[in-house]
Amino acid sequence: MSSLSIEGVGRVFPPARRGGADTVALQPTDLQVADNDFITILGPSGCGKSTLLRIVAGLDQPSSGRVLMDGQPVGGPGPDRGMVFQSYSLFPWMTVRDNICFGLREKGLPKPQQKEISDYFLERVGLRQFADHFPKTLSGGMKQRTALARALANDPKVLLLDEPFGALDHQTRALMQELLLGIWESDQKTVLFVTHDIEEAIFLANRVVVMTARPGRIKCDIPIDMPHPRTYKVKTTQEFADHKARLTEEIRVETIRADAMAVSA
Amino acid sequence: MSKWFTPLKPVSSGRRITLGILGFVVVVALWWAVTASGLVKPLFLAGPGATLLAGYGLFFEFGFLGDVAVTVGRVLGGFLIATAVAVPLGIAMGAFKSVEAFFEPLISFARYLPASAFIPLLILWAGVGEAQKLSVIFIGAVFQICLMVAVIVGGTRAELVEAAYTLGARNRGVVLRVMLPAAAPQIFETLRLVLGWAWTYVIVAELIGASAGIGFMIIDAQRFLDTGQMIFGIFVIGVIGLVSDYLFKQLNRHLFSWAAS
Repeated sequence: MSSLSIEGVGRVFPPARRGGADTVALQPTDLQVADNDFITILGPSGCGKSTLLRIVAGLDQPSSGRVLMDGQPVGGPGPDRGMVFQSYSLFPWMTVRDNICFGLREKGLPKPQQKEISDYFLERVGLRQFADHFPKTLSGGMKQRTALARALANDPKVLLLDEPFGALDHQTRALMQELLLGIWESDQKTVLFVTHDIEEAIFLANRVVVMTARPGRIKCDIPIDMPHPRTYKVKTTQEFADHKARLTEEIRVETIRADAMAVSA
Repeated sequence: MSKWFTPLKPVSSGRRITLGILGFVVVVALWWAVTASGLVKPLFLAGPGATLLAGYGLFFEFGFLGDVAVTVGRVLGGFLIATAVAVPLGIAMGAFKSVEAFFEPLISFARYLPASAFIPLLILWAGVGEAQKLSVIFIGAVFQICLMVAVIVGGTRAELVEAAYTLGARNRGVVLRVMLPAAAPQIFETLRLVLGWAWTYVIVAELIGASAGIGFMIIDAQRFLDTGQMIFGIFVIGVIGLVSDYLFKQLNRHLFSWAAS
């Protein structure tokens, strides 16, 4: 029994002006997510991958189909599905520690427990010395580490990440990938990770789901069986290169299609 | 010369202060020139020296400090009452679209009603006492604050609100613990702006039916054609405005040090 199940979820946006045509962002999509799966959703921009993630989070409503968490349909956002956004979404008036404690505070957890949990995650993302800093003083990588710790502190059943490292430079991004994978390997978590970076998708996942250009649908679902724990060194193995070659081809076709559609539209 | 007029090129703080003072010096010098040369008669415009002398007289012979205190009290009173009403309502309008739909057309209309035009009515309703003075400032400030606060709160970054929901916050938590603190620095900035406007309303209110205050003093001086006192009164308002603006800015900086500048 999978904890998260996406059944025929589609999304149609109404026309922006009267008389216009509907925009089909996502064709009805099925996806079964097993416990402790790390699934990366890979696709060209505008393929509806973020829309799918937002529907799972409950931040957007599907036009058709439904999302089930432990057999219960998802109605709106909730703490069982934590999310990390691409843009920095830290609360700027709170210190790093207070940001991490936000969900715990909303839950009404006693202060000592909040401290204990935030201590653990501050340590986990390497920000112990920065606990009392405000977000504006942090680097981009530190901000996203805080956002990750904030989502994890709530102990969600599913962790949703929407291109969380997209705004970071290449080197920082590689370090963040290893940090996230390390946490997943030791703590175990069900993860949905949206990205358009092929290497990132392979390195992190045990399944890569490739989406087509708009209107988005799942094109293929590729298991990545490389052993854990993985370090950056797997990126230079033959197996990694083979996966990369195949996915590059799949994505290339879609990107060309998306490009052609953008011109004709 | 081109180094002075390169677009957006910063100036050193020393030069900035020098230029700022120079601005005042030039205006005062011009003022002195047109009055001392007899180009403008003292009946219409007192010179800088005569104005200072009039100011000295005001403070030490006519108890002008009391007038200043009365006016400052009225501005703060009217402004605080307006703030107490408008900020909560503005927050509710910004956060809840149904509240906004109800109040927005009404307040947008009310905003264009000139506060000074209410003075005759207010005198009828509230007499010429303090209630009338406070009412003018209240009417002048309350609608402006309300609409601006609504826009600020409504413009809270969607990511912050969405993040809060995915962390388990409910509607109440999102409004009180996300939208409110996120909007606070800009709300204070708005209050600073509107406090400046309140000064214009109080003077208008004091020009009619007042027996104390800076505005009353100016009208009183007009009866004696004392342009020195009139100009000095206007200057005092400018100085108080400058000081309160500075204090407000310092308070903002102190309260919201977390905000990225």
